[in-house]
Amino acid sequence: MKILVTVKEVAEVEDDFEIDGLGIDEAYLEYDLNEWDDYAVEEAVQIAESGDDVEVVSVTIGPERSEETIRMALAKGADRAIRVWDDAFESVDLLDVAAKTRLLAAVVEQEEPDLVLTGVQASDDGFGATGVSVADAVGFEWAAVVNELELEESVANVRRELEGGVEELTEVDLPAVFTIQTGINEPRYASLRGIRQAQRKEIAPMGLDDLGLDASALDSPIELTGMREPESESDATIFEGDAEETAAQLADVLREKGVGAQ
Amino acid sequence: MTVLAIADHRRGDLRDVSYELVTAGRQLADATGGDLHVAVISGEVDEFAENLNLDGVDAVHTVENGEEFNHDVYAGAVEALYGELEPAVLLMPNSVNGLDYAPAVANALDLPLVSDAVDFDYDDGLTATREMYESKVETTVDVDAEHVAVTIRGGEWPAATNVGDAEVSAFDYSPEGELGSRVLGFEEVTGGDVDITEADVLVSVGRGIEEEENLELVEELADALGATLSSSRPIVDAGWLPPNRQVGQSGKVVTPDVYLAVGISGAVQHVAGMKGSDTIVAINTDPNAPIFDIADYGIIGDLFEVVPELIEQFS
Ligand SMILES: Cc1cc2nc3c(=O)[nH]c(=O)nc-3n(C[C@H](O)[C@H](O)[C@H](O)COP(=O)(O)OP(=O)(O)OC[C@H]3O[C@@H](n4cnc5c(N)ncnc54)[C@H](O)[C@@H]3O)c2cc1C
Repeated sequence: MKILVTVKEVAEVEDDFEIDGLGIDEAYLEYDLNEWDDYAVEEAVQIAESGDDVEVVSVTIGPERSEETIRMALAKGADRAIRVWDDAFESVDLLDVAAKTRLLAAVVEQEEPDLVLTGVQASDDGFGATGVSVADAVGFEWAAVVNELELEESVANVRRELEGGVEELTEVDLPAVFTIQTGINEPRYASLRGIRQAQRKEIAPMGLDDLGLDASALDSPIELTGMREPESESDATIFEGDAEETAAQLADVLREKGVGAQ
Repeated sequence: MTVLAIADHRRGDLRDVSYELVTAGRQLADATGGDLHVAVISGEVDEFAENLNLDGVDAVHTVENGEEFNHDVYAGAVEALYGELEPAVLLMPNSVNGLDYAPAVANALDLPLVSDAVDFDYDDGLTATREMYESKVETTVDVDAEHVAVTIRGGEWPAATNVGDAEVSAFDYSPEGELGSRVLGFEEVTGGDVDITEADVLVSVGRGIEEEENLELVEELADALGATLSSSRPIVDAGWLPPNRQVGQSGKVVTPDVYLAVGISGAVQHVAGMKGSDTIVAINTDPNAPIFDIADYGIIGDLFEVVPELIEQFS
């Protein structure tokens, strides 16, 4: 069996930052593996560990810098990795869902996995749509927001986490794409040995040509036209001072509300 | 310009976002003098149609097929409705079920997809507002296309309430062939001893606490305040607290007199569960954390310094 896991290097914004045009200055960004993808990688690796002959391939769309992130997936047990990038990507402000779908669908068509795992959403652009979109593009079945996954011969039994503490139990035909919710497992830390081994694993670069695509695959009618700090709707009273002073002011307010009164 | 909005329901009830979709859809239809069509798929569609017959809705389409949500049925039905109505904007909810069919529909119909919109305008085309970087940044996107699929965030538009005089009609659709997925049932997440929805005062802890050992600190605070301990999702994901302590979209909705958020950023899915609290207090090192937008009182500071002082104040 082959499992393809999509991973994304996400940008996290520091507490204080500045917006410059349609982006945030690199100085205020830190990069990390998307939280939801970490759980997807763990799920794939656990499936591989519990069965014979399972290959885990991770795929990312990202510049060379993102190899650092994808090595995390390799260090945690993915067998090899694919990194999709092309110079043409540099000028794109926003890779929309359809463009990501075209790229990842082409990878699925080349790799022919039995199962694709993705995160529910990426914490930076927050589309929450790529996995299901790819499923439709490649003709796989799917389920979104999965927090339990059990594979059988030709179907998977999944739980989908709905709102309000309700879970849906669903049987899904394979091959399928599942978008993985946090909490499905406990992602491991990469061991030193894993990190060392990851250095030797293959990260295959793939450009548009390799995927049988051209620059039009990136075309999108969706254009990023503005970026700003949200206007704070806050009318919060912010207590000023050191920890002792602010705690004392807060304590006064809390007491006024009857908190702590026995 | 026609707008088509797809209602959301579960276990016999329309979900709030269905009424919000009507308001959002009307906003777009008004911008162009067009019609708002609403569709409701599966379940007690006639009863749902009555509830969706709201002021501003021109037509309600009912698709009878099974009791509950199945994404193959939804995707097929929405695609068929789209083919018939050719709406300029196809509006769907960014709910968990929306996440499970909207992207497939957009792909199948070759529509650009703007997900999780919090606001929009329609002039020559659609301009939508979305958040990025965990709500720290707000963006606008312009869509240069005649047709677009949009999912809206729950709670951003007021719910439509006034009864209207829409034309209600049945839309004939049945899926071809076997469905690729079958919903077998539902289960309520249970377990644990404490009902956080009953508490008057909640001390809620988030990822800012860093380590499981540090939970003791907030437990001590909860004790000192006579409060109940709850948390954001990562604390439950890590297994540090049981699921029945989780506040939020997928956890519990709470409405205590006082909600004290300690080291919680205020992600939209968390806020969904606690915004109805009477008084919200936040302790967070990040002045830009979205939790401050809904807080009544705040301390911008390190919880490891502030919480011990606060415990001191109450012991
Ligand atoms: C479908 C779906 C459903 C979800 N359902 C829920 C849900 O029900 N409930 C929920 O909570 N989340 C839910 N989430 C997850 C949600 O998106 C966020 O990931 C989560 O709420 C973040 O939790 P947090 O605020 O504790 O962590 P973070 O976002 O990591 O925030 C930690 C905060 O702590 C602050 N901090 C760090 N150190 C300190 C310090 N020393 N002192 C003070 N402050 C500090 C930081 O500035 C930061 O603001 C859901 C997500 C999805 C996709």
